[in-house]
Order: sequence, then structure tokens, then C-alpha cells
Amino acid sequence: MKLLSGNEALARGAYEAGVRVAVAYPGTPSTEILENIARHYPDIYAEWAPNEKVALEVAIGASLGGARALVAMKHVGVNVAADPLLTLAYTGVNAGLVLVSADDPGMHSSQNEQDNRFYARFAQIPLLEPADSQEAKDFVRLAFEISETFDTPVMLRTTTRVAHSKSMVRKEDPLIPPLKPYQKDFVKYVMVPANARLRHATVEERREKLREFAANTPINRIEPGDPRVGIITSGVAYCYVKEAFPWASVLKLGLSYPLPLTLVRTFAARVKNLYVVEELEPFLEEQVAAAGIPVRGKALLPRTGELSPALVAQALYQDAAFATVAREYAPPPAPTPEPPALPLRPPVLCPGCPHRGLFYVLKSLKLNVMGDIGCYTLGSLPPLAAMDTCICMGAGIGMAHGMSKARPDSAARTVAVIGDSTFVHSGITGLIDIVYNQGVGTVIIADNRTTAMTGHQDHPGTGQTARGEPTKALDFAKLARAVGVTRVKVVDPLDLAATKKAIQRALKARAPVVVVASRPCVLLSRPAPAPVPVRPDACRGCKRCLQLGCPALSLPAGRVAVNPHLCIGCSLCAQVCPYGAIGKGDGQVG
Amino acid sequence: MAEVTSILIAGVGGQGIILAGKVIGQVAVLAGLDVKTSEIHGMAQRGGSVITHVRFGPRVYSPVIDPGTADLLLAFEKLEALRNLGFLKSGGTVILNNQVIEPLPVLLGKQKYPEAVEAQIAARFNLICLDALAEAAACGNPRAANVVLLGALAHRLPFSYPVWEEALAAVVPARYLDINRRAFARGFAIAEKL
Repeated sequence: MKLLSGNEALARGAYEAGVRVAVAYPGTPSTEILENIARHYPDIYAEWAPNEKVALEVAIGASLGGARALVAMKHVGVNVAADPLLTLAYTGVNAGLVLVSADDPGMHSSQNEQDNRFYARFAQIPLLEPADSQEAKDFVRLAFEISETFDTPVMLRTTTRVAHSKSMVRKEDPLIPPLKPYQKDFVKYVMVPANARLRHATVEERREKLREFAANTPINRIEPGDPRVGIITSGVAYCYVKEAFPWASVLKLGLSYPLPLTLVRTFAARVKNLYVVEELEPFLEEQVAAAGIPVRGKALLPRTGELSPALVAQALYQDAAFATVAREYAPPPAPTPEPPALPLRPPVLCPGCPHRGLFYVLKSLKLNVMGDIGCYTLGSLPPLAAMDTCICMGAGIGMAHGMSKARPDSAARTVAVIGDSTFVHSGITGLIDIVYNQGVGTVIIADNRTTAMTGHQDHPGTGQTARGEPTKALDFAKLARAVGVTRVKVVDPLDLAATKKAIQRALKARAPVVVVASRPCVLLSRPAPAPVPVRPDACRGCKRCLQLGCPALSLPAGRVAVNPHLCIGCSLCAQVCPYGAIGKGDGQVG
Repeated sequence: MAEVTSILIAGVGGQGIILAGKVIGQVAVLAGLDVKTSEIHGMAQRGGSVITHVRFGPRVYSPVIDPGTADLLLAFEKLEALRNLGFLKSGGTVILNNQVIEPLPVLLGKQKYPEAVEAQIAARFNLICLDALAEAAACGNPRAANVVLLGALAHRLPFSYPVWEEALAAVVPARYLDINRRAFARGFAIAEKL
């Protein structure tokens, strides 16, 4: 028995299921799945793809080629991969194909909390929802069996609380499934309308067969308890229900789409009052209610954020019938106390972060900044507050273009900012659009040579594969020229004057311009502290340095001080100080 | 010992909170108990609030601790200790590193860092307070402050010293093991005296 996170268990599950190809784009909370495969299971070919659509397409190719393939992404990544996914549901697979969607209820690190169980229903593919690490591992193998038995891709949906929590896992020996032969099959794999119409009928038949399977699989089970209260639940919500109401009757759904209605009816007939406890949307509840079975769920439970045992208890005790029974076992829970009024601790750019220089310049120029997703999204927080938007990966470039087409007068004040990994993910098409449609946008690639926010994964620009082997590195300046951008400038964002000049020039040009603000993420090399020298007597307390939002700087007693444990001597503060109070004492800057 | 023991670890990203959670989880595994832990990574690599939940016992369902039910709070920073006091049950214990890491709104002068944190905690809970940073520095590396705190925590938990040593060896990279053993022993000895 080992204590593994859900993501470590999924990686182990892939190994035990005989997966040969694993592909992903990093995204919290899914990232550690591929990281663990790349690190611990050399028999599996593992790669970071430029985005989730490509990742799924690589997995489809591997599956048709006869190898079991696993593809992993965060919930919003499935939006990117949705195009191939919904048609893959028609073609089916050759060897098994499993898509892991790691959802983020509570939005610990995401821009929305969409419930991706609807994608399984949307695509008409089976959905597995593990509740802990043991199930995460076991369900991978089961998912491949279902995939091959029913000729379908399978969605394995985790949530942050499953992906990033640890529980005990029993390891097993791996299977070694032989490579299946590749078989050309025009009707099955070429989704021209005539073939797709046939395949759609197959999808409908398959769903009903899967529904029967779901009614009989041991991962959907009734756990008998007090017959007066029956709770249908799935995923980590099951753990909360068992914690809060160990006495209740429970229908635990591990395979939750297609919903096994016969099993639900059996359960409903055995209990007096029926409830559904599920995170986010009333995905199960609406299907149960639509089948004419009286049930309560979101009338009591929140539709936003994560659940917890206390929250589930508080919610269900609101129901009179539930409370009457539950009081026999435990008193109603005390209300959760209000959190104390304390200073917040918002996330910050690290000391020495190169993005800080870029955003300081953008703020000083008072620009409209169409932003994107990565560590640099923190540039939108005070005191920098120099990024205006964050919608999805790659969005900033198209948005800057759209804004300048709608308001031509704003073009000289509007820029797009996008990270290097994100630019490869879905920024390049936006840039091509600007060039093709005669836009005049300035696109700034905040190139810190890594995918920093998710923990420094490699991408096509870093010159290293997922396993650390050297490979060709994408050159952003050359790429920009190749798509037709004639003005390309590479600057160091820790050089404020040069960065400012490059952006001002770009804004004056009546043409598309790419500025590559390039400097490696400070955590890649983790330099030792090297505090800039300060002369508090020269400080006049103007607080201009504090506008950098550097956690190493403060003004105790109105005079500047540098935290010697945090400062790595990037010298940005020395560059902004008008009185020479920082870094100029001995000329040793940076 | 109660059926299930719940320990909340709170601090600031970069302080070694995740590793501390791993060691406690590993101790419980070695003791033959069921364990669930849960960690939350925020949006930044470092600098934000981080908490890890650890629960162990004969059978653990929930990976998260409910408010008012934690037996112990292991706090790496004073403000984060205050922020998470609501998780503790009455009669619970706080093991506090007396370090202050001012968050950005405080550095910018927009909000005030709370005063008399130790007194606020001691008024309601059992408090074990230590300067883990200085103790770790005395052992040779201030980065081992997290393991000093683990040593203090170990004194309040029903696992034997050799099991903790085994867990440390399983979790800490070999080249840092010696210094971490010393840091652990120091924390344990301090808690013993209090």
C-alpha cells in the first residue's frame, strides 16, 4: 500500500493498463498525471502537446494504430479538444482511448468551474468518476476495458480534490496488451456525412448497451443503510456523504453516464426520501427527475464551489424529512463561523520575475492590455494592475485585433500580452489573423522560457521534451516573421528603458508588431538571494518602488528596506527609484 | 486517540508545507492507518496562502477537515495561523512558527498586520510557539524550519520516534537527510521542554 495523489494513481493506472502513448497539455489540476508518467514509467511514450486538441488527435492516432492511449487535460482544455472529441465519439476507437478531464470546482486555479460531465453526455461517451486515489487507479484499467468492449472513447473525470488529495493505493502488476493491427475502415473512420449518419445510429445503440452495463458494474453499487434516507452521489461527494451520514443508504455511482436508470429506480423504491449530492451542476439530479423519480438536490445544495462534509450536512438538514431522521444519529451541525477580517494574501509575481518589468512599463504607458492565462495573469492584480482581460488561452491576441477594428482610434493604445507556452498553444492563429486581415496590433510575447504557472513544463519553445531530451526549439522571432510580421523586436523585460522604447515604437507603427520580452523564469535557476544595496537616508518615501509589487520591498518607518532573504538583485527597483536610494550606492546592480 | 485525527498545516507558498504533509501522511501509513491528505496549490508558484489537510485513523472518508474539528494546527506563519484558527476544535493545539511574512497589501501599507497573534491564539487554544527559522539555521539551514516544526508536532502525536525517522528518510531527498534529522530532533526536544 502506498499513499498516492489522484494524479499519481492515474499515472500508475495507465502503467498497469498497458498504456503505450500518453499525451497532455499542462493545466492545474491535471498536470502531474503526465509528469508522473514521464518520470516513472519509461515504457510509456509520453509527450507534452502544444494544446489539448493536438493532444487528443495524437491519442486518436495511437489508438487507431492499435496502442492504448491516455490523454489528460484540465476542464477548460476539453473545450479546446472538443472538436475532435465529439466526432471521435462517432468513429470509436481501435485500442482503448481514455480522456482524463480534471475539473476545478472552487476555481483554485481556473477561470471558470464548468462541469465537464456534460461533455460525456454531449459526446455520448461513458463517464467514470473516481472518489479517491485507489479508484482513480482502478478506473483507468476499467476505462480501457470499457473503451475496447464498447468501441468508444471514455471520459475519466476527476476534480481538484481527487487529483490533489492523497489516499492509500494497492499496486498491481501491469498488463501488456499486444499492439492491435491497424485496419483501414472507410465507413468507420472517415466522417463524411454519409458515413457519419450511419455512425450516429451506432452511437445511439451503444449508449443503451452502456446503460445496461452501468446497471450491473460493481462500481455502481447500493450501500444499504437507514431506508428512510437514500442519497445518490458520485466522485469525491461520495466521501463527504459517508463522512457526514455513515448511517444513510447510498447509491454510489462510479460510472455515472449513461445513468443506470434501472438501478436508480431499484434504489429509489427501497428508500423513503431520495437526495442527490453532487458538486457543481445538477447533472445526475436532472436525469433522475426527468425519469419521473421525485428527488431533491440543488434545492438544498449550492451549485457553485466545492462541497465538504460540513457543507453537505448543513444543506441536507434544511430538509425537514431528512432532519427528522438525521437527528436520531447526530445533532444538526453548528453553522460555520465567519472568517476573521485579516489581511489577504493574494498570489504575487516572485521576486525577480521578468513579467514585473513588462507590466510596470505597460502600466506607465497607460495601455489597454488584452491579456491571457499564465503566471503573467498576476499582472492584472494591484499594484501593477496592468492587464485588462483574461478569458481563455490565446484569447488576448484576437481580442486586441477585434478592439482595434471596432475602435481604430484605440489601436495605438492597445496591446496583447501572451506567454510563450500559451502563444504556441493558441496564440499563433490569432497573430496570423492580424497579419492576414491587415490589423495593426502589437503582440507582446512574455517569454520566460517555460510553462511557469503549472510548475515549469517544457513546450516547443524550450528545446526540451517532456523527458528532458534536447530537441529543436521554436524561435518566436523567426516564427513571427514567417507568418508575415515584418517588425519584430526582442527585449529583456528587466531592462525597463529598452522595453518601454520597444513598445512605444511598436505602437507608432501602422503595422502588426511582435515584441518578444524574453528572460527565463526566475524559478528555473532559483538564484541565491543577492539583495540590492539600499541607502535609506537617500529615500524620500515616494513609494514609487512599491508600485512594482515586489514582495522583497517595503517602507518600514517611511524609508525603503529590502528583504535580504527574498531579493535576488533584479534591479528593477533601482531603475525606478528617482533618488538613487536603491542599488546605486556602489554601482553594483543586477 | 480519537477515531480519526485531523491536522491542518497552514503557511505561505515556498515554506515547505507540502513536504511536511507528506511526512505526516507517511508516518500514518507506516503505523498501518488509513490516511487521506489534501493540498491546494494556488495560482502562483509562491507567496500565496497554502493549506494542507491530513487525516488518519482506522477508516478515513473525507480528504478535507471540517471547521471546528481539527485536533492540531501546524502553522508556519503567524497571520496564516490566525486565518485558520476556525478549523480547530475547542481544546485543540496550535504549533506556531513565530515567523512573520507580510503579504503585499501590508507591504504596500494598505492593511495592517495583526498584533499580539500569540496572545490571541493562547486565549482560546493550547499554544506551542517556537522560532523554527532560527532553530533550523542553528542546525545548518533555515530551509529546514518545516522539519523543526514537524519535530515539535511529533511530540504531540502517538507515533514512535523511529517511525518518524523512517518517514523522513522516505520523503526527504537523501542529500538533505542529515540536516533534516537534526532539525527534527531539535523541534522534538523543544516541544518536550514546553
